[in-house]
Amino acid sequence: MTTETATDQTTEQPRGLDADPVISVRDLETHFFTDEGVVRAVDGVNFDVHPGTTMGIVGESGCGKSITAKSILQIVEAPGRIVNGEIQYRRQSGEAVNLLDYPANSGRMRAIRGGEISMIFQEPMTSFSSLHTFGNQIDEALKLHTNLSKDERFELAVDWLARVGIPNPSQRMHEYPFRFSGGQLQRAMIAMAMCTNPKVLIADEPTTALDVTTQAQILDLLQRMQEENDMAIVFITHDLGVIAEIADEVTVMYLGKVVESGPVNDFFDAPLHPYSRALLTSIPSMFTGSRERLPSISGSIPHPQNRPSGCAFHPRCQSFINGVCDIREPNLVSVNEEQDVSCFLYED
Amino acid sequence: MLSFIIRRTIYAIIAMWAVSVISFVIINLPAGDFVTTYIATQAATGNVILADEAENLRDVYGLNDPIYVQYVKWITRIVRGELGFSFEFNAPVRQVIEQNLANTLLLALGSVVFIWIVGIPIGIYSAVKQYSPGDYVATFLGFLGLGIPDFLIALVVAYLVFDHFGILLTGLYSAEYLTAPWSFGKALDLAQHLVLPVIILGTAGTASLIRIMRANLLDELKKPYVTTARAKGVTEWQLIMKYPVRYALNPVLSLTAYILPFLISGSVVLSYVLDLPTVGRDFLRALTAQDIYLSGAIILGTGWLTIIGTFFSDLLLAWVDPRIRLEGD
Amino acid sequence: MVAGSQVGHQSDTPGSNISDVDAEGEIEVMSQRQLIWRRFKRHRLAMVATVIVVLFYVVVVFADFLATNDPEDSEADRQYTPPQWLRLFDGIKPDLHVCRLVGTRDQFFRKVYERDCEQKVDIRVFGRGYEYSLFGLKLDRHLFGVDHPELTAEDTVFILGTDVQGRDMYSRLMRGTRLSLLIGLIGIFISLMMGTVLGAVSGFYGGFVDNVIQRGIEIIRSIPTVPLYLGLAAAFPADWSVERRFFAITIVVSLFAWTELARVVRGRYLAMRQEDFVTAAITAGASQRRIIFRHMLPSFYSHIIAASTLNLAFMVISETTLSFLGLGLLPPAISYGTLLFTAQNLQTVALAPWLLIPGLFVVVLVLSLNFMGDGIRDAADPYGS
Repeated sequence: MTTETATDQTTEQPRGLDADPVISVRDLETHFFTDEGVVRAVDGVNFDVHPGTTMGIVGESGCGKSITAKSILQIVEAPGRIVNGEIQYRRQSGEAVNLLDYPANSGRMRAIRGGEISMIFQEPMTSFSSLHTFGNQIDEALKLHTNLSKDERFELAVDWLARVGIPNPSQRMHEYPFRFSGGQLQRAMIAMAMCTNPKVLIADEPTTALDVTTQAQILDLLQRMQEENDMAIVFITHDLGVIAEIADEVTVMYLGKVVESGPVNDFFDAPLHPYSRALLTSIPSMFTGSRERLPSISGSIPHPQNRPSGCAFHPRCQSFINGVCDIREPNLVSVNEEQDVSCFLYED
Repeated sequence: MLSFIIRRTIYAIIAMWAVSVISFVIINLPAGDFVTTYIATQAATGNVILADEAENLRDVYGLNDPIYVQYVKWITRIVRGELGFSFEFNAPVRQVIEQNLANTLLLALGSVVFIWIVGIPIGIYSAVKQYSPGDYVATFLGFLGLGIPDFLIALVVAYLVFDHFGILLTGLYSAEYLTAPWSFGKALDLAQHLVLPVIILGTAGTASLIRIMRANLLDELKKPYVTTARAKGVTEWQLIMKYPVRYALNPVLSLTAYILPFLISGSVVLSYVLDLPTVGRDFLRALTAQDIYLSGAIILGTGWLTIIGTFFSDLLLAWVDPRIRLEGD
Repeated sequence: MVAGSQVGHQSDTPGSNISDVDAEGEIEVMSQRQLIWRRFKRHRLAMVATVIVVLFYVVVVFADFLATNDPEDSEADRQYTPPQWLRLFDGIKPDLHVCRLVGTRDQFFRKVYERDCEQKVDIRVFGRGYEYSLFGLKLDRHLFGVDHPELTAEDTVFILGTDVQGRDMYSRLMRGTRLSLLIGLIGIFISLMMGTVLGAVSGFYGGFVDNVIQRGIEIIRSIPTVPLYLGLAAAFPADWSVERRFFAITIVVSLFAWTELARVVRGRYLAMRQEDFVTAAITAGASQRRIIFRHMLPSFYSHIIAASTLNLAFMVISETTLSFLGLGLLPPAISYGTLLFTAQNLQTVALAPWLLIPGLFVVVLVLSLNFMGDGIRDAADPYGS
């Protein structure tokens, strides 16, 4: 991984997994204050994103991965609120800031949001307003984050549409989003996110709503964009195949916590956490016999309010240690130079 | 879009026909025909109408024809603009209606403006600041406005004004301007008299607009396109005004053509309590006097007006939504 | 790329777990009704409103028991006597009484009554009063009232004052509540019959029948009701008996209300047919009957109750408005509308503001019905927060 990215290094800035992280999330906690009680959707999450690389965040629905992504930009909807943590971000200028020091609606936060850190979403069809033309919506981003004139912005937007592979770009600018296909809209959304030259792109399940062929095209496009623009990607998905395809590093989340993180090869070759192992064995492989029953993870995700005591995964865990896992919570510890895991099997 | 217009037009025509039948049934419901009523009213003033004269009248008005022939004759006359004669006002129905039409429209239009100016901002505020004290107050006021019948509000307000200031809150013009030609003073006087009726007539509409606006906006605020805009770094208020409010407003604004006729019919009761010179007041007088040509014309008129209003509302609603406007292009 | 290697969406595909270990055991399972009731209880305003609505129904049943005077008893001398408010204490001593009305002659030798709080009239709980029948029994006990061996003309209790004919407003209000709510209830029943039948037919058959019924409903809904029901009500001859008029007006107010119920029934039916749990029940081989009664009706009920509650409010307003204008019920019938009819003249109201008290009852009732209906509707919505 590291060697691959190092070969096409074009800028002065160091990049790759050995460089200083562009984003480091520490002890992030985002809670939802509902009538039924507090839901700890994100409950102490840590990970680093290195410049020019892709961090894949993986987990089942409801594990808090999308909320983590939204927390970085501080766009968590009520009743959700970031209650604790740090999000260190190294700006273009090299200056390091804690994003959580900026109030969500402050000018400084908004300059970063959509400018230096962009985000794309899961459902391209509903992520655009169908009452406004596509041009109007991409222009909004350019107006906010550049000082260009109206004509220059139009040129730039058309240019970006062409780069993401949309035919007849200048004509498409005047059209309404419902005239685009799903794949085209996802491309358009990528153009809209990329046109401000962000250093980090957060992609929240950008391929989930697309068919497999389009999915592959979008992944290729994202990789091309990453190489051309020297940009870090935070890629959120529940699809391990996509992770294998695009990520350099993986962070596995379960019920709002990170259970394992490390380089993608290590994750697939030698997963540490019982949950990661269970996830990997539930993938059908070429070598699975045709009548063979696919193993699955026993039980189902508990309701966030009925969070099991101790390690949240213990009721479903194959390696459950009675009297330990259901009582204490494990910490995220380094097992070797690259891999971290949160499990008593690896604690001394 | 074209097929949409055609479909709507056919539907509107059917609805107008249905309303005309209902109106015709209503004016024919009272026992005896209107000649009987006419004879009775004439007798009260000392004029005796002989039996053969009455029969003659029935022939003239086609009252001896089968009921469907009567309907066809009646509706043909209406379409030609011959609305008949009002015995109660002793004038052609058309003249009676035209006389107070301007006042009626002024009152209804004033209420529409009031409903917008008050309802939309409160609705937006209520949705954006959901569960804030302001939202609760707005919601409660909304319930009050919807729950209290117009005539009760009018009665209580009129009573309070009378009790505290000794002013009789009735009519639309002060005595000195009643027959005076139009002048700035008269317009100002009218405006002053209009304020309370406009507010009272607008309460229910305002209340429902607040609720609709709030509910629509709450729905829209959860849509992914809002998150997308937010992720672009747009300020919260800017994005709310540009996207979800636009979505939520479209139906509201296009509904104006639909609300207006309802306000006109809603002004009936209010006009009665506050003695406002509107078509509504004349309507009630016509009803109690069984002046069928006048009341029938007003029922038919408000019904048709509503259908036409709904028709235009639907077209407008389709027009502001590019998904429908561009359909089939 | 490893195809199809998705981490299970647990909520979407409950069948994908082939495990024997079941975590579900820890989760509380509640029936639809319990869930609705739980959500409804959280709606505090709706709970208060429900209590108030229940109190109104108590009045409907026990109107005469709650009344203190015969609502028809009139005496011209006692015209517009002010309310004799109930007082619970004499100083600090608990003592249920009202101020005595003392009659004097004014300069025109007319009898006028004034409150004199130096003198009291004792109120007796469960005392005897005028005779009435309740559930077929002839009774003369009332919740409270004056009941002395020797009654004088000044031993009166008009806790909400009297009207132009010297009749007790409070007792009339109890009777009025009964009639106005009865109109609403019968109206709801009629609307429910029409609405459920047409709505169900529409939802069940679909296609052409549905289309015709829906267009018809749209037409009825697009007509402004005020002129129409005024027109209809005005068409009834003034010499009809009280009962006949009562039923005629009930039909008029329900004529325009059933469409809403029909719409709700059809909408729920159609929505329900698409729901996963119905599909699941069908695939599981449940019978048509079981699907309708066991799976669909429970979530129907609450919506119908909500729509009926909101409709009841509309009907009370309609009756009140019609009668207020002199087009609905006519005296001697006692309803909110006919009571407010006497408050039409501003000078009269200024002289006797207590004539507006029936209006307060209407407002409280209508608001409570609205809050209650809204509460039920919110609670019935499974996707509500």
